[in-house]
Amino acid sequence: MDIQALQSTCRQVRRNIITMTNKAGAGHPGGSLSCTEALVALYFDVMKGIDPQDDKNPNRDRFVLSKGHAAPALYGTLCERGYFGREEFDKFRQLHGILQGHPDVKKCPGVDASTGSLGQGISIAVGMALGAKHTGNPCHVYTVVGDGESQEGLVWEASMAAAHYGLDNLTVIFDHNGMQIDGTNDEVMSLGDIGAKWRAFGYDVIEVADGNDMQQVLDALHTPACPGKPRLIHLHTTKGKGVSFMEGQVGWHGKAPNAEQTAKALAELEG
Amino acid sequence: MEKKAIRVAYGEALVKLGESNDKVVVLDADLAAATMTNGFKAAYPDRFYDCGIAEANMVDMAAGMSTMGLVPFCSTFAVFAGRNYDQIRNGVCYPKFNVKFGFSHAGITLGEDGGSHQAIEDIALMRVLPNMTVFVPSDANECYKCVEAAAKIDGPVFIRTARLPSPVYEERPFEVGKGNVIKDGKDLVIFTCGIMLEHCLEAVEILASKGIDAALVNHHTLKPFDEELTREYAAKCGKVFTVEEHSVIGGLGDAVASAICGMGLEKFQKIGINDEFGQSGKPADLLVEYGLTGAQIAEKILNA
Repeated sequence: MDIQALQSTCRQVRRNIITMTNKAGAGHPGGSLSCTEALVALYFDVMKGIDPQDDKNPNRDRFVLSKGHAAPALYGTLCERGYFGREEFDKFRQLHGILQGHPDVKKCPGVDASTGSLGQGISIAVGMALGAKHTGNPCHVYTVVGDGESQEGLVWEASMAAAHYGLDNLTVIFDHNGMQIDGTNDEVMSLGDIGAKWRAFGYDVIEVADGNDMQQVLDALHTPACPGKPRLIHLHTTKGKGVSFMEGQVGWHGKAPNAEQTAKALAELEG
Repeated sequence: MEKKAIRVAYGEALVKLGESNDKVVVLDADLAAATMTNGFKAAYPDRFYDCGIAEANMVDMAAGMSTMGLVPFCSTFAVFAGRNYDQIRNGVCYPKFNVKFGFSHAGITLGEDGGSHQAIEDIALMRVLPNMTVFVPSDANECYKCVEAAAKIDGPVFIRTARLPSPVYEERPFEVGKGNVIKDGKDLVIFTCGIMLEHCLEAVEILASKGIDAALVNHHTLKPFDEELTREYAAKCGKVFTVEEHSVIGGLGDAVASAICGMGLEKFQKIGINDEFGQSGKPADLLVEYGLTGAQIAEKILNA
């Protein structure tokens, strides 16, 4: 897919995020908007074996949204990829809907792991990559980890294991928008030098200066694997990216836009 | 009578299972010599994963591995059922992934390591999780069957095993979710599970010497629970006692209580760990301290 088409898809996914959180009156738009480029790049350009008609193809690449609260970004992307129709957005976070508040492997087509309890997704992804190596499955496993999420100890247990087992079929995408519920990362619990920490854990680290720039994200994701090492792609992103009044605002972590804000946001995301 | 620790049987069962099922992988968290998975490690080194001292990551890694068609058995101490709980709940049970848990050193008979390591709450924690099957084998033979059955179940299974060598009884018929009548009787019924079977058999003999004909029923499956057999014997005997090496809250006693609730029985008493933690000591001394020897069980029943 050419880059203009991918960028256009990102705008549509962002509209989907705004639409479904508005309809539900709840959800997490800020951290969904920050990782949109990563998800669109993965599902429309990078991941192999992705087929909405055959979503259990055993050799498909896997994706785990470790920061499960960014479910609107995943749902918005899976919808555009053809896994389900936009009418499902009406039932986001509603009784009997397939789009649960956090991704549910039992309910939503295209979802590879149930996540939302932070720290667990990356650990499950490590297990998938290890299982793939064990069974000779050629698939690659991708996971998006949040910056606040990396305060969970399990993230580091999983990271240690990924390096120990030499999982070069694993790519961890670190969505570094710098904010979490109670404030900036630094106000809540400083993360230190992310690149240095993951390198010290044995990862091949790629820094991406603008994680909301599709070309930069694609370049990183298409960089050939480093044999014997898992990869970390450190995306410097903007929380609320694409909606002027949400950008860089802690308050839009877990708050839905009202009707007026939704109209304004959708207008900004036209084209 | 031959004695064998149930954890040893668990290790042997894994080796046997590994022969017939090449999808079985075993994960341990630096306790292979204690959980007895070292036999599997020696037999199938390429199917054994030591996860280091990181139990939470072990469980979620197993969850991920199960999505690749593998059948992971996670092994560690039963006390870590609490440490791993979020991973067991959200990583495995919520998506109903095909992961098995063989957790050893359960109960006070763990002994000298003390209360910090003596799981008295693991059955309660596991029973309450949707999609989970809970086995508490009472001897080596039952443990072999629990491991075999676990591999055939498509979903999470918890197997609680003990450190202490205990008698190996004659093989009994085994069906998931079905209790076994060990001894029929008419005056009262004792329901038990795990290594307390040995002590209940002793209690039944003491009661018999006093002219009391007690029935004894063993439940190797705590979930799904055999409520039918439980109600049948409760109705027949009228007086019901439960004996377990676990807290009286949330374990076998409460499973029986739920089954017989509303039957209007003459007597019901739960015998187990009375809402307190254990402590260091020799297993035999701890059984006395917490009132779980055959003689003490018989005495409690006589005084009830």
